[in-house]
Amino acid sequence: MTLIEEIVDARPGSNLAEALSHRAEILRLSQSTHDAVLFPRSPGAISHGLRAALAARMARQYEVPKLAEHYEVLIQQSREIDEQHDAATDAQTAAIVAHSDLLTLRPRDATRADIEKLQASGMGEPDIVRLAELAAFVSYQARVIKGLQALKGAK
Amino acid sequence: MTRVVENFTTQVPVWSPYIRPVELASATPEQLAAMQVTPSNKGVSPYVLTLAHDPESLAVRSPLFNQIMYGKDGLSSAERELGAVGASVVNRCIYCAAVHASRFNNLSKRPDVIDEIFDRERQAKLEPRDQAIFDFSAQLSETPPAIPEAAAANLANAGLNTLEAVDLVLSSALFGWANRLMHTLGEPTEREPSQR
Repeated sequence: MTLIEEIVDARPGSNLAEALSHRAEILRLSQSTHDAVLFPRSPGAISHGLRAALAARMARQYEVPKLAEHYEVLIQQSREIDEQHDAATDAQTAAIVAHSDLLTLRPRDATRADIEKLQASGMGEPDIVRLAELAAFVSYQARVIKGLQALKGAK
Repeated sequence: MTRVVENFTTQVPVWSPYIRPVELASATPEQLAAMQVTPSNKGVSPYVLTLAHDPESLAVRSPLFNQIMYGKDGLSSAERELGAVGASVVNRCIYCAAVHASRFNNLSKRPDVIDEIFDRERQAKLEPRDQAIFDFSAQLSETPPAIPEAAAANLANAGLNTLEAVDLVLSSALFGWANRLMHTLGEPTEREPSQR
């Protein structure tokens, strides 16, 4: 079972469970994108642990507690892996968190100046795109969960 | 000097990245595969070249995008596009809204729906089924999502079955993703007359 299905927990035999069975490939691909964004082979400045921590923060901002719990478990699991990678500096981490909040809470307000702040902290193009993909993916995942949960009671 | 497009439009602008895209000539094999560049397909947009900086994400997102927007049965293609437009209006992604509003118009032949949405945004008054779809996608796109208690009943009353409602969740949520890339990594600029 994929993470989204686990959290949504549609009642077996319900209309929602039946509809989701027709979208099994999409749920499987959603799990693959989760894995690619949370545990990439090339994480750059955004380590696996930092990704999990940012994702947990985003899940709380979207008010999906079970998703936040999932990412809190990943934070613990990622500690060993991260020792092999170049971590972000403190200044970069601060810039990353600020940009993560912008992408999550107020994406419509984002401008060129926000990208320039990331560049000023020393982040290159690949890390800027990695951060956008992470925030964009968690937005998708949280909204799929919230939306499907809203359909659970539907006749 | 190219001008930034500030208002919703169905004239698809040019997307201009804030960062330097990957150069096709120096792209790695992993980047080329993620961009789906083949000897017969070398046309790659600046948007895809920008996303190729993170080939692992790009490679898995493309098939997901295609399944959600172009998969068979369930919600009609036009109505999936309407879900994409609802998200793009909330997130004010002018470029995404233009592309998907144009597709809605081509599929539905009802340009009045988009005219009303671009004119009045969240206050748009639409036919009941369009209204239910647009409102749900906009509510789901807020942060945190602001889905009313009666959301599922509203969709059912407007005639959407559960599979169609699931497809609406998926297309709306997918555009929360697309908007966060397109609107934050670059901007829509006016087409030069020669590019029209």
